Amino acid sequence: MALTKAEIAEHLFEELGLNKREAKDMVEMFFEEVRMSLENGRQVKLSGFGNFDLREKKQRPGRNPKTGEEIPISARRVVTFRPGQKLKARVEAYAGSQQQQR
Amino acid sequence: MTKSELIEVIAREQSHLAYRDVELAVKCMIEQMSQALASGERIEIRGFGSFSLHFRPPRMGRNPKTGDSVELSGKYVPHFKPGKELRERVNEKFEIELATQREGHG
Repeated sequence: MALTKAEIAEHLFEELGLNKREAKDMVEMFFEEVRMSLENGRQVKLSGFGNFDLREKKQRPGRNPKTGEEIPISARRVVTFRPGQKLKARVEAYAGSQQQQR
Repeated sequence: MTKSELIEVIAREQSHLAYRDVELAVKCMIEQMSQALASGERIEIRGFGSFSLHFRPPRMGRNPKTGDSVELSGKYVPHFKPGKELRERVNEKFEIELATQREGHG
């Protein structure tokens, strides 16, 4: 099971009393604004959660795995996520509780 | 862009909602996502990406002050995999920038 946009919208409806339309729009806008910022080359810092950073990769040699033919992988910009201290600590606490259960 | 800037942008576009409501909603979404990962659940946002946990096995570490070896237990760390739309959009702008730079120098 995974958390999806539909469940996040449902949660906003239940917790904050936004109507279903507002809740759905809010979730869409949240992710769209993060995408837009990254698309425009600006990192996104969500304190308590983590940072979405951008890294530029140089062109490097690659290979078509099917044919073995050499084709260069072009220079590109990629998104990386660095979890914040608070999120890391919460996730580690989960690992701890799992070990206790075993 | 910071969390408060994100709240401002959304509040400007969703002008029928009070700033305070947008602020609560953004914080609520971030908290729900953190909570999901903290309880070992994945997050899957189509067009954006997915978050999951990666296991880091136990390893021997060193106390940097004393030099003593210490056994570090295994742990989970959050991991993000960008989705197709995010990857493509970020890279398309980058390719345009590269092409413009080349023209500028040529």
